[in-house]
Amino acid sequence: MPSISLTSVSNYVLKDVSFTVRDGEFMVLLGHNGAGKSTLLNIIAGLIPYQGSVRFDDTPVDDISTEKRNVGYLSQDLALFPHMKVRANIGYGLRMRPDRKRSKIDDKVDALLEMMNIRHLGDRYPRDLSGGEKQRVALARAMAIDPKVLLMDEPLNSLDLMSAKYLRTEIRHLQKKLRATTLFVTHSLDEASEIADRIAVMDNGEILQVGTPDEIIFSPAEVRVRNFIGEPNIFECRSSRILENGLAVSRCGRLEIISPYEGTPIHKIAIQPEHVYVSTVAPAGPHINRFQGVVREIKHYPSMVRLTIEVAGQPILAQLPKRLSRMQAFTEGSEVYLILKLRWLQVLNSGAQWH
Amino acid sequence: MKPLRHISFLWSLLPIVVFLALWELIASIWVENQALLPPFSAVLREFSILMGNGILMENLLHSLVRVVIGFVAGSLAGLLMGILMGWKELIHRSLHPVFSLLYPIPALGWLPVFMLWFGIGEILPVAVIFMCSFFPVLYNTETGIRTVNRDLIRAARTLGASDRKVLVTILLPLALPNIFTGLRLESGMAWRVIIAAEMVAIPTGIGALLMRAENLIRMDIVIVCLMVLSIMCFSFERFFLYLERKITGRW
Repeated sequence: MPSISLTSVSNYVLKDVSFTVRDGEFMVLLGHNGAGKSTLLNIIAGLIPYQGSVRFDDTPVDDISTEKRNVGYLSQDLALFPHMKVRANIGYGLRMRPDRKRSKIDDKVDALLEMMNIRHLGDRYPRDLSGGEKQRVALARAMAIDPKVLLMDEPLNSLDLMSAKYLRTEIRHLQKKLRATTLFVTHSLDEASEIADRIAVMDNGEILQVGTPDEIIFSPAEVRVRNFIGEPNIFECRSSRILENGLAVSRCGRLEIISPYEGTPIHKIAIQPEHVYVSTVAPAGPHINRFQGVVREIKHYPSMVRLTIEVAGQPILAQLPKRLSRMQAFTEGSEVYLILKLRWLQVLNSGAQWH
Repeated sequence: MKPLRHISFLWSLLPIVVFLALWELIASIWVENQALLPPFSAVLREFSILMGNGILMENLLHSLVRVVIGFVAGSLAGLLMGILMGWKELIHRSLHPVFSLLYPIPALGWLPVFMLWFGIGEILPVAVIFMCSFFPVLYNTETGIRTVNRDLIRAARTLGASDRKVLVTILLPLALPNIFTGLRLESGMAWRVIIAAEMVAIPTGIGALLMRAENLIRMDIVIVCLMVLSIMCFSFERFFLYLERKITGRW
């Protein structure tokens, strides 16, 4: 699939945006609501007017209308046609082509139903599908036209956490298999860092930084990126010892932190404050990344509380919803237990690229 | 499930049976002048006489033909104009102000205008029914098309659909519930309007029969005509409701 290049693209939301999504790359557009992420996708799809230039590989597509740009587009509400059964939805794009042949369309739809594991849903209407099933149908429909690029506008937003995680993994797997150049919009850093080859952070119609998840988290280019990623706890690590099951224990200051290990030395480990579990009573379960500390500072915000906890002489920031903090009644100077949740640890190893 | 459905249907008939029984009872026992309120049995008897001598069927057929021609022509014209106004912004902007001024005029308000234009004849009731059907179908079609989720149109376009294909495969099918609502309501309204038009200006049809019965103080015939009108309104509305459910019910 081709690369996507934007050169000085502007409109009523975007300000002089230029960047490239490489051939076969999975790039995530990350930013708050209103940052201009969806507008950018709409421009690439040719759905709204703009100034500047959009190219697929070296071919400008600015004068090509939406229906001829051949992009696979997944909108936030998935936009399945409610009056068509699943098979008809998936085959819609194929039926719009001048060279359509009934038997070829049927074969392709069958293959997609098989690939997305939804063969049993072919004769159902969208209203009879679950959120996850709708998502698969929408993806199959977008893939049916053999798109040059795939554009996804927060397609997992309406799903519960478990389904979203599962489908996120599936989308990534499928994208790798097909080597589809993909631009995926989200406002969640966790989601972005989990699936992206590279992340483009957007704010107020501008691209602030483009980089790998590690680069964005460990070396934000400017204060607005830093504000967006939310002051993660970053631990400088000196040495690591390999454990079983793809894990390693690293000495970071006076803490020993267990983290995923990918075969290269671990330099830094980061975790967002909202992924630090805090409790006044000793948590049950295995003692992985469990520490004891003293609350040094409590800051109250409208919907959450931020605690600065000193652990072995090192400050760790934790963030809790107000409701949970009220149940525990933290006070400055009180002793607490904290757990750095393993699955949310972000590891920077020596293989990562730096600015 | 089926026995339950039967019981539910019978239960819905019960109020009608009670109403008719009360009517029969009150008219037979307490009403002195039965010419003003004949019992239900007398109305039934008159109904069978009018059916037997063919007067009712002949007049009903006259009304039916006028309703069908006027309604089909008005609905088709409304549908076509509604599609154009819903689909093309320029046409909407050009015609909407004019139609907004004409729409509030009741269908019977056109009667004197058409009497002068077309004279007393078969065109007159058909033209009134046409006006009665045209505007509501137009507005329901236009609204149905204009309120289709924009994301669906965008999805269709990214999948390669031209403007015309978007109209045929997305906009029109999704506007069907609105279109059917317009057709259903106006099919009943067409019958109410034809009766009024026939009462005022036409010598044949159910309305004309009703007017003659009123002149002769034949309340039993008046009630037969009203009952036929009620059944026709109900049947037409039910027909479109059935069609709507059949076509759009699954989604």
